[in-house]
Formats: sequence, structure tokens, C-alpha cells
Amino acid sequence: MNHFPEAWGRPRNDVYGAYDHSYLQTLGPKAHTSSPAVTGTSVVGVKFNGGVALATDNLASYGSLARFSDVKRLRSFGDKAMVGFGGDVSDMQYLDRLLESMDIKENYSTHGNMLNAKNLHTYLAKVFYKRRSEFNPLWNHVLVAGFDGEGEPFLSSADLLGTTFSAPHLATGFGAHLAVPILRRKFPEDTPLEEVSQEDAVAALKECLKVLFYRDARSLDKYSIAVITKDGIDLKEDEQIQGQSWAFAERIKGYGAQTV
Amino acid sequence: MTSFMGHQSRGETIGYSFSEPTAAPVKQHSFYPYTDNGGSTLGITGSDFAILAGDTRSTSGYNINSRMVPKVFRIGGDDETGEGAQILLSVVGFAADGNALKERLDTMVRMYKYQHGKSMSVGACAQRLSTILYEKRFFPYYVHAILAGLDEEGKGALYSYDPVGSYEREQCRAAGAASSLIMPFLDNQVNFKNQYIPGSGEGHALEPKKAEPLPKNTVKQLVRDAFTSAVERHIEVGDGLQMMIITREGIEEVYHPLKKD
Repeated sequence: MNHFPEAWGRPRNDVYGAYDHSYLQTLGPKAHTSSPAVTGTSVVGVKFNGGVALATDNLASYGSLARFSDVKRLRSFGDKAMVGFGGDVSDMQYLDRLLESMDIKENYSTHGNMLNAKNLHTYLAKVFYKRRSEFNPLWNHVLVAGFDGEGEPFLSSADLLGTTFSAPHLATGFGAHLAVPILRRKFPEDTPLEEVSQEDAVAALKECLKVLFYRDARSLDKYSIAVITKDGIDLKEDEQIQGQSWAFAERIKGYGAQTV
Repeated sequence: MTSFMGHQSRGETIGYSFSEPTAAPVKQHSFYPYTDNGGSTLGITGSDFAILAGDTRSTSGYNINSRMVPKVFRIGGDDETGEGAQILLSVVGFAADGNALKERLDTMVRMYKYQHGKSMSVGACAQRLSTILYEKRFFPYYVHAILAGLDEEGKGALYSYDPVGSYEREQCRAAGAASSLIMPFLDNQVNFKNQYIPGSGEGHALEPKKAEPLPKNTVKQLVRDAFTSAVERHIEVGDGLQMMIITREGIEEVYHPLKKD
């Protein structure tokens, strides 16, 4: 009989062996995320005449396991800004809470939430940079879409290191390899924004998501798409990739170069 | 450990409580806080001007992130457009560090103006930048910075830095991905290295050509030539050339397209 109260109701060491405390470490180095766990894949975005379109699929993967197939990775901020999240889903949820609390705080001020997408992007980039400098990164790569201070369409990227860049079309993760070349061909970078219509931009994004579904093993045919214009955000979160044709797959042998 | 009257000492029996302190095996951090965003910068001074230039490509690995990410900034301007600035800074290397460095220096130069009622001299700004870089000696800003302006005599001033703050005033300096391609060209064309005056001596014992400050238009053309050549041979350099020329009249900004391949 053991008289220590903390022993009562617990598996006996002499029967079951000592409890393995390595699962509950309290000493040693503080653990930070050194690799992401549940992840979302690409985010794609295009600017068009009068706004920005943003899209992601609805999958959250656990390594190569397609773990959650109904995860919304496009989050709105205020009524004219959106963030598309790639990378770790729990870090996305943390950032979403952070942005939500900021939105609530802003709405208590005299003029409501006046922060535009450019402000939001600056803020997120600084959060990412601070966390990477503490060696405790938020494992995400995000696209921020909306309008800047002049009311021009705004699309910019920020990642876990705090690196930022902006372009007429952007994609994160696998999309940087597969979607960006498609978008650059459809809308060459020197074309004025006035010549890119909303319909063309949305159609191009859908095409990109389809190509990504063909070739990105961590992608899904269910997706979310947001169109941000002066009128507000049109967010669809339960879309299905249309017009798939897997005929090309029949001709693929080996890794591509093989012919017989 | 010894036992006392059949009781095991706490040190051994403990193993029920969740607060038991345990040391996990020491794990190695796999997170690397830096990346290289490529690109190149270049600065040249003359008798009454200084030029800072940089390409506008941003890369990560073999990807082009964007074709328009400037690397040359106005420091100590009156507003966010940089209007009224008298100092230029270029940063190349890890772009996130570059941005943070630019913002810190810009804030400091502006605070100096508010507190002292006069603009900071380039020499003072150069020393301050060195200190900012050295403050992070053991977790450096992974950038090669170049600072440009006009000194007290109105002559072009150029200071170049390593990531931890060592600095030097120079006539010209190339930094970044294609620095090893551009710098030898500058040695030859700006400081006239390996150039000799024909017929000034016997055989190979010729008199070296003396370096002297070049006129502005010659320097502008040198910068453009340096970059068009670097673009041919370095994959991380291209898309556009952003040039800032500082004179007594203010800062002139010029953009030239470069090859996008």
C-alpha cells in the first residue's frame, strides 16, 4: 500500500512499469514548431480591373494523409480584405483569432475598422518576422488581398520568415511552380490592370486549381474562392472543380520521359 | 538510493504525478531563419553626386517571387513617399532583414531631425547604421548594405557594410548575387585598375592611369552596362533596374527594364 495520494487511482508501477514522462516534458529546451503538422497547400490570387480574386482548396493534410476535407482557408478581415492561408492549420487558426480580436477592437473606435488590406499585410508580415526572430515561427505562407490606401487593388504575400513581395498574380507552395506560369502567360505582367476582367481572372483561378488538383498530391477538388471588389467580398466556400479531364493520364508512363 | 523502513524514497516512487520534471532528449532546431532573395546592388560616387542602383527581381531558389521589389530606399524623408530625403540606402541579401533594417534606420534619421531640428549628416548616419548592424552581431541582419549621400563639402559619399557592421567609405561598390561579376568591371572602369598611359615608359614599365571622379552621365551609363552584363550571366539578377541619383538638387529616380528571362 502506498500512502502518497498522487499514487491513488493510477496504474501501479510494479504492475505496469513506470509512467513514461517523456511525453510530458517540463524540463529541457522549450519546444517550438520546427516543422508544420496539419497543413494546407497552395493559395492563388490575381488582381483584375476593380478588385482581386483569391482561391484555395478545402483540404488540410496530415503529412500525406488527406486529414480534413472541409477546412476554410480563406478568411475575411473587415469588409474589403481577405487572407488566404497556406501552411500550418493551427497557426492559421491562431492568426485568425488574432485578426478577429483586432477587428473587434477596431470596430469599437469612432470610424469602425478603417484598416485596409495593405495595413493588414504590413501587420501580418511584422508578426511573422517577430516570431521568426524569436525562433518560434508561425508556419504559414499567406496571400493578402483587397485594396490599398489609394483604393487600388492590392495583392501581396508574406511568409514564415517575414519575407514579403507583391505582384499582379501570386501563388504559394506548389502553386508557385504550377499556377504562376499559367497566370503569367494569361496575363503578362506589363498588361495594364484595366485589361484584365473579373470574369477572366476568376476563370484563370479555376483553371489553376484544376491543374493543381491534377498534379499536387496534397490537393482537393473542393475549393473556396473569394472575389473582392469595391462592393464587398463575394466568398464561395463549397465549390467543386468542374470539367476535369484525366485523358492525359493514360499517356503518362514512368516519370514522363518513358515512352514504352 | 537507500530505503527507509520499507518505504522507498520519493525520488524513486514518484512517477505518479504529472508534474514530474523530465528532461527530453535535446532536439536540434531544424528551423533556419534566413533565406536568400538574390539580386544585386551597386553604388558609384562622383564629385557632386552619388548613384545607388539595384535590380528589382526577388527570388527564392529557382522561383521568381516578383519582378518589382525595390532594393534602394530613401532614408529620413518627410512622409512615406520619402520626399525630402537626403540619404539613400540599398540592401541586398535576406529581404525581410533588409526591410527591418531600412525601417529602423529611416525611423532613427527622422527622429534625429525632430529632436535636433536639422538633418543628419551622411557621416553620422553611416556610423549609426554600423551600430545598428553590430547590435545584432550574434543574430545578424543577413544583408549587404550600401549608404549614399553628399558629404559636408557637397561631394558624393558612399559607405559599404558587411552584415555585422564593418564599414568603409569608397568610390564604388557592388553588392549581392552578381557582385563578383560587377566589382572587377568597376575596378577597371571607375578606378582605372590595370589601365596604363600608352608610351609613358619603357616596355611594360608604364605609368598607371590615375583615377579621377567621373561625370554623371558616364557613371549612369556604367551602371546600366554593369547590370545588362550581370543579367546575362546571373540567373538571380534581372527584370528591372532601379537607379537613384542624389545631387544638391535632390534625388532623381530612374527605372530601366532589364531582361526578364
